[in-house]
Amino acid sequence: MIEKALEGGKKYWTLIFVLLGIIGIGVIAYLKQFNEGLTITGLSRDVSWGLYIAQFTFLVGVAASAVMVVLPYYLHNYKQFGKITILGEFIAIPACIMCMTFIFVDMGQPLRILNVFLHPSPHSMMFWDTVVLFGYLVLNLVIGWVTLGSETKGIAPPKWIKPIIIISIPWAVSIHTVTAFLYAGLAARPFWMTAVLAPRFLASAFAAGPALLILLCLILRKHTKFDVGREPIQKLAVIVTYAMCINVFLILMEVFTAVYSGIPEHIDHLKFLFCGLRDAEGVMHASLVPWMWTSSILAIISLILLLVPKFRAREGLLVFACLAVFFSLWIDKGMGMIIAGFTPNPMHNVIHYMPTLPESLITLAVWGIGALILTILYKVVLSLRKQVEPTRYKD
Amino acid sequence: MGIDRRKFVKVASLASLGLVAGPPVKALANEVVKEAEHGCEGCQGDYLGAPRAVHPPKEAKRLAMVVDLKTCREHPDCTACIDACHLVHNVPDYPHPKDEIKWIWKEHFEHAFPEANHQFIEEHVKHSSGLLFCNHCDNPPCVKACPTGATWKREEDGVVMMDWHRCIGCRYCIAACPYGSRSFNFREPKKYFAEQGKKPQPDFPMRMRGVVEKCTFCDERLARGLWPSCVEACPYNCLTFGDLDNPDDPVRELLHHKFTIRRKPGLGTQPEVYYIV
Repeated sequence: MIEKALEGGKKYWTLIFVLLGIIGIGVIAYLKQFNEGLTITGLSRDVSWGLYIAQFTFLVGVAASAVMVVLPYYLHNYKQFGKITILGEFIAIPACIMCMTFIFVDMGQPLRILNVFLHPSPHSMMFWDTVVLFGYLVLNLVIGWVTLGSETKGIAPPKWIKPIIIISIPWAVSIHTVTAFLYAGLAARPFWMTAVLAPRFLASAFAAGPALLILLCLILRKHTKFDVGREPIQKLAVIVTYAMCINVFLILMEVFTAVYSGIPEHIDHLKFLFCGLRDAEGVMHASLVPWMWTSSILAIISLILLLVPKFRAREGLLVFACLAVFFSLWIDKGMGMIIAGFTPNPMHNVIHYMPTLPESLITLAVWGIGALILTILYKVVLSLRKQVEPTRYKD
Repeated sequence: MGIDRRKFVKVASLASLGLVAGPPVKALANEVVKEAEHGCEGCQGDYLGAPRAVHPPKEAKRLAMVVDLKTCREHPDCTACIDACHLVHNVPDYPHPKDEIKWIWKEHFEHAFPEANHQFIEEHVKHSSGLLFCNHCDNPPCVKACPTGATWKREEDGVVMMDWHRCIGCRYCIAACPYGSRSFNFREPKKYFAEQGKKPQPDFPMRMRGVVEKCTFCDERLARGLWPSCVEACPYNCLTFGDLDNPDDPVRELLHHKFTIRRKPGLGTQPEVYYIV
């Protein structure tokens, strides 16, 4: 099946080489980090996680969101999702790999990463996160490959795959729940220590992931003549709408409890995000303020476009809505979420953090790796489907 | 030349320890002798009924530190404990604050004890500093967080230890520590020492880049029957170290007679560093 990735048109190869170029630059930047240490990043002892872990958190959500097509299709037998389910599952694979790569590049001693398995520590949420994430990757690889293989041969998928698919549904929920526990269990960080963190993570995941899937389906339609049809896209748009509403609701819950109770430990993180916060010397730190307001405005715009059925039905507007959802959540759940957890620090002081150029290049490269894997997987899917139904695809 | 009994015993014990401890702390002990000879105005260390014993308690079950900030703040410019600790443990002094590593440091009162601070707090307290280092919590959140067991609580005496050879540098422990006590090696310390032309102490291992480090109550010195370097270096006896499990230990004595506070007691971590403020 994979051999299909080696044949393609000019567009395909251009995309592949652009992505390889981005990855190549990032690899050079990573070699610098590998040789000199994490000092080449903007991180410090006070803000000890940054851009890398922010991407990791966001992408666990993208990976988990595959469940939003798997569940209606396999559990509710919603036939309209027949064509896009494999696309959803194949988003989860590069998303998982990107998560693992972001963890890897964030390590101070990456060569010792196997210590997590050599000295398993069940009391650590990080141990469990590694386990569930790895498991989820394997599940999706198996499910995707087996169902696609059967489809190509024109036979029904083997019976044993069904229970694995059913297991993958709660497993998807578990990866994002455990990722939330990674943060929500820390008494040291009041901004993260909230019971709605896991629900919020899931809601934002089920908004951002399907939004990405809609965008990908529309790109495929435009550039490859592979059309998933109008109906599943509209159904996905409804899922995005619900999930985004729940996500915004949960964020407002956080804001209410912090602001109304007025506890400095809780409110200061929000102040840092939306107004800026002064450090011990009286210097104002507001680097995330424009980002957070952008995220909020994008969230409002997306909700208007999604909630009004007339707007949502127009695919041109739906593209904007999905882009708005994706970038709003990328900011809010990524950098906003991570940096605000460390700011102010446990001594209630504000320490500046700004990602450096090499740090950004490495981040871009990891996204490039994800995009490359996704491109290859989608290419395989499209080529195989063309083979099965040659009359439907003219390309 | 007024040197009373207490000071004499202190200086004598420190000086003798200096001989055992090797050059760095010996040099510091000499400083202490000088200081004592010149007399020490405003020394308020008289709460200590007895001078420090020659050796720290053996077979202690629950090690703890009492920090006398009342005396410490009389000497705002003194950094003897910090210098001694960072010297014997080869802690690099990086120029860029982003790379900073610190095992023990002074923090402005309002940042050290945010919950104890208020607008009209005594002037001299307001502008004073707290001395911060690892709390060696009874319920250490960092230990719970570590995915490889590279940091653990030593069963026998409660010291929160670090294995620099197992640490993968994920920095989850830094996120989990409510006291900001942990530092990460963003750079290669060996290279820094070489660049600066500094000679590291040969009897303490240099860490590698990419691992977390922190105060370990000088477990390496305890093993040799020596006091933690900060305790030994303090010229004003502000640091009392001992076994909470022993009712006759000076730390128990102090906690019994003086009002002490701990940092963020509400989190349930049970810090084993107590402050007389």
